[in-house]
Amino acid sequence: MSATAEIHDHDDHDVHHHKETFVTKYIFSQDHKMIAKQYLITGTIMGVIGVLMSLMFRMQIAWPEKPNVLFEALLGKWAPEGVMDADIYLALVTIHGTIMVFFVLTAGLSGTFSNLLIPLQIGARDMASGFLNMISYWLFFLSSVIMVISLFVEAGPAAAGWTIYPPLSALPMAQGGSGMGMTLWLVSMAIFIASSLLGSLNYIVTVINLRTKGMSMTRLPLTIWAFFVTAIIGVISFPVLLSAALLLIMDRSFGTSFFLSDIFIQGEVLHYQGGSPVLFEHLFWFLGHPEVYIVLLPALGITSEIIATNSRKPIFGYRAMVASILAIAFLSTIVWGHHMFISGMNPFLGSVFTFTTLLIAIPSAVKAFNYITTLWKGNLQLNPAMLFSIGLVSTFITGGLTGIILGDSALDINVHDTYFVVAHFHLVMGISALYGMFAGIYHWFPRMFGRMLNKNLGYLHFWVTAICAYGVFFPMHFIGMAGLPRRYYTNSNFPLFDDTADANVVITMFALIGGVFQLVFLYNFFRSIFYGKKAEQNPWRSNTLEWTAPVKHMHGNWPGKIPHVYRWSYDYSKPGHDEDFVPQNVPMKEGEEELHH
Amino acid sequence: MTTLLIFIIVLFVAIAIWQMVKIFDLAQIGGSSNQVASDKDNTFNGYMMIGFLIFIYAITIASFVYLGDLPLVSNSASAHGPGLDNLMIISMILIFIVQTITQFLLHYFAFKYKGEKGRKALFYADNNTLEAIWTIIPVIVLAGLIIYGLFTWNDIMNIDEDEDPMVIELYAQQFNWKARYSGADNVLGKANVRLIDIDRANILGVAEDDINAQDDVIVTELHLVVDKPVLFKMRSQDVLHSAYMPHFRAQMNCVPGMVTQFGFTPTVTTAEMRQNPDIQDKVANINELRLENREEIEERGQDLRYEFDYLLLCNKICGKSHFNMQMKIIVETQEEYDAWMATQKTFPNSLLN
Ligand code: HEM
Ligand SMILES: [Cu+2]
Ligand SMILES: [Cu+2]
Repeated sequence: MSATAEIHDHDDHDVHHHKETFVTKYIFSQDHKMIAKQYLITGTIMGVIGVLMSLMFRMQIAWPEKPNVLFEALLGKWAPEGVMDADIYLALVTIHGTIMVFFVLTAGLSGTFSNLLIPLQIGARDMASGFLNMISYWLFFLSSVIMVISLFVEAGPAAAGWTIYPPLSALPMAQGGSGMGMTLWLVSMAIFIASSLLGSLNYIVTVINLRTKGMSMTRLPLTIWAFFVTAIIGVISFPVLLSAALLLIMDRSFGTSFFLSDIFIQGEVLHYQGGSPVLFEHLFWFLGHPEVYIVLLPALGITSEIIATNSRKPIFGYRAMVASILAIAFLSTIVWGHHMFISGMNPFLGSVFTFTTLLIAIPSAVKAFNYITTLWKGNLQLNPAMLFSIGLVSTFITGGLTGIILGDSALDINVHDTYFVVAHFHLVMGISALYGMFAGIYHWFPRMFGRMLNKNLGYLHFWVTAICAYGVFFPMHFIGMAGLPRRYYTNSNFPLFDDTADANVVITMFALIGGVFQLVFLYNFFRSIFYGKKAEQNPWRSNTLEWTAPVKHMHGNWPGKIPHVYRWSYDYSKPGHDEDFVPQNVPMKEGEEELHH
Repeated sequence: MTTLLIFIIVLFVAIAIWQMVKIFDLAQIGGSSNQVASDKDNTFNGYMMIGFLIFIYAITIASFVYLGDLPLVSNSASAHGPGLDNLMIISMILIFIVQTITQFLLHYFAFKYKGEKGRKALFYADNNTLEAIWTIIPVIVLAGLIIYGLFTWNDIMNIDEDEDPMVIELYAQQFNWKARYSGADNVLGKANVRLIDIDRANILGVAEDDINAQDDVIVTELHLVVDKPVLFKMRSQDVLHSAYMPHFRAQMNCVPGMVTQFGFTPTVTTAEMRQNPDIQDKVANINELRLENREEIEERGQDLRYEFDYLLLCNKICGKSHFNMQMKIIVETQEEYDAWMATQKTFPNSLLN
């Protein structure tokens, strides 16, 4: 790794000495900027699939068991005469969850922005290992392909929920989707985890080793802190999911009993003895909970950067922000049991997890307050990236607050696995992280493609999305508190819930409008790649290093010397300077102090 | 029919969007094609922020007005219910206050400090006092909630054996529930899925030679005695299920290979609950809605009229018919219960040949 770095560190770095073919430039590229784009495009395609699925099962919930031309067209044999089948409902929910969490908001978000920004913002020629980086992307691509192929298997795709709890996920006789569909799901996820680990290791090594002169850890932009810590959480927790998946594969295919015991199904007793599904739940959530921070922290990092830049103010409480990222990362690995209060584990453990879970609200609150204070007395540039960042803070607060209820073991008894949970996690993790991703795209699009996204379409996109997101997920809290369980194909067998039906129709309406309006974004995105207005070098007047590098495709990022860094990245509106920003590579004036320590 | 309507609507929306996209696109070509936010943009979006704040408040109020009577935060039917509901209401009020204030600050600041050319922001990077304040306040509030929560939790989960609860097994299988009463000895006979004998109708795998099993009673409708503590022992024969009894604020997963438990004391009989004015309102409302959908409901072969009953539902994804895995619960007086129990077969008598 250091070999490449050294070669590239020649002062008179020659841009053109790598012979590039179409294949090495666009397909098997080892350049971090190109890999970022590959992640972004793949993630976007998966996102379209995931959202389409959610719109389909939302329509089923609103108008249960009604024929629907869309179902007939898209689901084929799974929607005889256009009526959605109950098995495929669960499959759609499962694959929607899997795709959104892993493929869009882990790979699509971290993969895009960690790759794009880590080298550019710390002042490195590329990732520590461009080759591993390329492998990481292609493994992700492979896992995406396998996940999509799994949609077409005879007995249906995996349908045991994105949490794939055994025995349901282990026994093909328990559910059609637990046959070939689940096998492909597990294979896809195993490859995905390998991809994620390669990526994370690369990010960690790069941040530790390849920072340019002057870029001390306390001068790192918060984006980099967030990506760095996210990668560490990933390296700690993803292997545990991998082992859970491997043990599940053993149980499924080789007759072991890690998670299974005493099962009688379809008229026969199975041989399994001595395993426990609760063990699987522990292993799953040991990744599963950190995973929500793997999804969320990069979004928060992006938001920190964008809010500071567009407030034309330093981020408030840089050290507290770093400390809270670290605290969240640490606590996130010891709260997984809050998903298992009523799993049958010892109630005393439940108490412990309630305690650790509510602790995590503290650094989260600190972050929210610091964002708000950063806005205070700023000179806010309300461009689309900034709007999505403010939107993120809003949904993060709304969704985070209900965590106080779910994290409380006593209260969880009655709302566990209801729509209350669906509302909570979509707001705090799903929508927040999605906003972070959108914010990042609007902000760094000029850096990626050298062109600007149309701002007016951006405003339209944000405001409709913001309204629809609350329209979909806010009322869900109430039907959840009415006791409506999630993952129900229809509620029509429970007259008890008839009075939630109208709310479900309204929710679906908001979902459809919000979903359709994402087309505005897609149109803006793909059109602007080719026809957008040419971007200036530093359109947002930002301090970070990526805006000092030329946009045109080039390996090694900077044509000459890598810039040196003399200050943190948040010297916005600093007294004593004429401009309201002072890039990191501008030396300190005589007598100027670094104010944040 | 509805779908056709939806598609027409979606089509119109799509056309409208297309028009809007064109307009927004054109708007930019004429004017300055600079894609950085101008003062005009900042002003527009600043006002939108206030609009959005109002929208958040409005949707909150609308949800409370239209859906506010749905949440189960009153009329619990178990001894521990009111304590839990109290905690829920306290947490909700707290959340509501924090939500109202923080959303106000966020959106109001976004409006108030919307950018203007030439203005300079305040360079304000740190304030340890402020940081300390908003660390310590959540600490105190959360400490209170944690302590209250843990007392409530321990209260619910620690089963007091001295109260001599009635022991009942809840047995889950794809996709229905059974209950097994432990009989006069109040001890459940041993059971294991390996003892299941479908031919003899021993569907729960109860050990036939266990003396404790001789007075066990297996039923498909759960009857409980008002004010008498019950201790449920949960089992599942195939996949995970979750025994969810929302009116009693009770839930516990059923896990193959192990026995889980949950105990509570029902405090309101089914008959009393049906007389509760809140419940009567709810039922009347539901029946009105059902009348509107009469055709559909009759097509499905369901009763048109809804009458309140306690329910046990499955709340853990368990396969195709997860959405229809339920058992009726009836809470009644001791006499009614005794009369019902007298009509049930004991386990040995329920076996075939
Ligand atoms: C178009 C926007 C979206 C809509 C309308 C939507 C709707 C829903 C609904 C209603 C459910 C619950 C279904 C059920 O339990 O029966 C669900 C499940 C889920 N959604 Fe979304 N969602 C959207 C976007 C997202 C995003 C951005 C994420 C990213 C985290 C996400 C992640 C999940 C997950 C993890 C599940 C759980 C799947 C499971 O139960 O196995 N969704 N979605
Ligand atoms: Cu969690
Ligand atoms: Cu179920």
